[in-house]
Amino acid sequence: MSSARKIRVLVAKPGLNGHDRGIKVVARAYRDAGFEVIYTGLHQTPEQIVQAALQEDVDVVGLSCLSGAHMYLLKRVVDLLKGARAEEIVVIAGGIISEEDIPELKRAGIREVFLPGTPLDRIVDWTTKNVKRAVKE
Amino acid sequence: MFTEETLKQDYEGREVWEENVTKIIAQNPERKERFSTVSDLEIKRIYTPRDIKDLDFKRDIGYPGVFPFTRGCQHTMYRGRPWTMRMFSGLGTAEDTNRRWHLLLKEGQTGLSTAFDFPTLMGYDTDSPRALGECGKGGVAIDTLRDFEILTDGISMDRVTTSMTINPPAAILWAMYLVLAQRRGISWKRIGGTIQNDMLKEFIAQKTLMCPPEPSVRLISDTIEFGTKHVPRWNTVSISGYHIREAGSTAVQELAFTLADGIAYVKDVIERKKLPVDSFAPRLSFFFNSHLDFFEEIAKFRAARRMWAKIMRDRFKAENPRSWWMRFHTQTAGCSLTAQQLFNNIIRTTTEALAAVLGGTQSLHTNSLDETLALPSEFAVTIALRTQQILADEIGVANTIDPLAGSYFVESLTNQLEELAWEYINKIDDMGGMLVAIDKGFPQLEIANAAYRYQRQVDTCQKVMVGVNKYATEEKVPCELLKIDERVQEQQLRRLKEVKRSRDNKKVAQTLKDLRAASKTDKNLMPYVIEAVKEYATEQEICDVWRDVWGEYRETGIF
Repeated sequence: MSSARKIRVLVAKPGLNGHDRGIKVVARAYRDAGFEVIYTGLHQTPEQIVQAALQEDVDVVGLSCLSGAHMYLLKRVVDLLKGARAEEIVVIAGGIISEEDIPELKRAGIREVFLPGTPLDRIVDWTTKNVKRAVKE
Repeated sequence: MFTEETLKQDYEGREVWEENVTKIIAQNPERKERFSTVSDLEIKRIYTPRDIKDLDFKRDIGYPGVFPFTRGCQHTMYRGRPWTMRMFSGLGTAEDTNRRWHLLLKEGQTGLSTAFDFPTLMGYDTDSPRALGECGKGGVAIDTLRDFEILTDGISMDRVTTSMTINPPAAILWAMYLVLAQRRGISWKRIGGTIQNDMLKEFIAQKTLMCPPEPSVRLISDTIEFGTKHVPRWNTVSISGYHIREAGSTAVQELAFTLADGIAYVKDVIERKKLPVDSFAPRLSFFFNSHLDFFEEIAKFRAARRMWAKIMRDRFKAENPRSWWMRFHTQTAGCSLTAQQLFNNIIRTTTEALAAVLGGTQSLHTNSLDETLALPSEFAVTIALRTQQILADEIGVANTIDPLAGSYFVESLTNQLEELAWEYINKIDDMGGMLVAIDKGFPQLEIANAAYRYQRQVDTCQKVMVGVNKYATEEKVPCELLKIDERVQEQQLRRLKEVKRSRDNKKVAQTLKDLRAASKTDKNLMPYVIEAVKEYATEQEICDVWRDVWGEYRETGIF
């Protein structure tokens, strides 16, 4: 029964960086692949993103950050989700994130980081394989 | 443009040639079914006289410095003076950026260009909770006039021109520049530079957003009026296509949306300020992208000049030839660079720069090889600057003006881009102009569609990205990347605190009060901004007045 439910993805732009080409292209890829996609729009604080994630009852939160502020912003989102006891929400990220930052981000709870040049299908496939739509009793 | 005899030869010769081609292809098919530019514009196998037979030399090509300026704005172009080598630059604190600026000037750049960090771009101070983690990362952090004093330390404002990439708070940063020039005894009549100050493309593409479109355009008209009256050498807008292209648009869309934005600004100044078009039009400037497809870009630049000349003369009835000029800065395409095999980026930047030069740009920034991962290192930015210098001094492309004029291909492509761009402009006119089009989400959706189509083409290898979907390798060539010290934020916070403590807070409050009152009227706001900046009001304090009076803009994310 759970596999028939669409995975719900929140794609978000934390922080002040407004470059949204990447996030929009990813959002569309998810939508084309049959996911339910919610896009928060730009300039979201981590608090706003987490609120939206909980409100929209999503399975995945995808964060895009190109301004170099990812260490603070991404970790903050994960921490807030932990605080809200929503750790089952899978958090993934993309953008301008140096490879040497990835281990620290993963230790903090970011499940996967997709770097520039990643084909869209890889992001979608990873999500399909690693995220199950939770069955709510 | 051609004699009957020439065209006859062409038609006859083509027939024979095409027959042979058909035979050859039957045995040896061409590499692809369809050859297209990066914008997906189909390119033919060959171009001959008949492709441009309807061109009129005087009407369509002509001479540089003469309407319609297809070949360039100025009579002597690069033989008179090379394009300005103006490297977009900013990092960390004002001291860090000042150091980089002096390095670039020492290495031969001829104009300054300022990159601000995201809090500054968005009208927030470093001590705003929204600025956490962002200080100095994307460019230089500027909170008050104090930072600007340090940024411009040792810079002769009467001898070098400065561009500032800043949009919602453009009036504020310009005010800082004006106040400092005054303090340093340099007349406003002598300083030159540019503020980007183009909000329409923000709503469309770059998205440094603050207040809604109407008051944003009002503020732009205020700056244009102020510049017209008091700072005659300053370009108060840089009507931009760069960001539209970076967001994923095609070359035609970049061209059309930029010109449509320009039309909207000209209309607004005329209607709102009742200024005669010739009083301000000569100081409108433009900013384009130079993307991967070499010839598409050259054609785009030529079409742009020709189109703007027609718009200014025929649509807006400008009479001063300088009102018909389209002067533009170009930046090589950031989005064309790859994070893999960084050194390949040098080649991309080189050909993109060359296209801009062959396209007649007035000013040029070349990206650094490492900018897909970080702000440019000294090593990388020096190569980028040398690229321009080699093009100017060694390659011979600056020996003659508009060398590609008359090329069957380039002239045909110039025509084609112009035709397609007019279609968009007419469509936007029919909607009621750019502000209405933006409200409807029209340019935004066109761009999102183009970006997605391109990404799909890359993912299916229809469009090649060397090092990414072709010739990819696991091997990594080491490259030392610039890292912004986390202490930058602390430093900046300390300075900001000190400024707030030592300034006359009563005076600051008064200037903000005056600004608030004026913002509710249709008075020109520049004098009020200048007064506030003089007293060391912070950028955010000024922006907060506008957020409060005009409201904050929230965009709906169309994808």
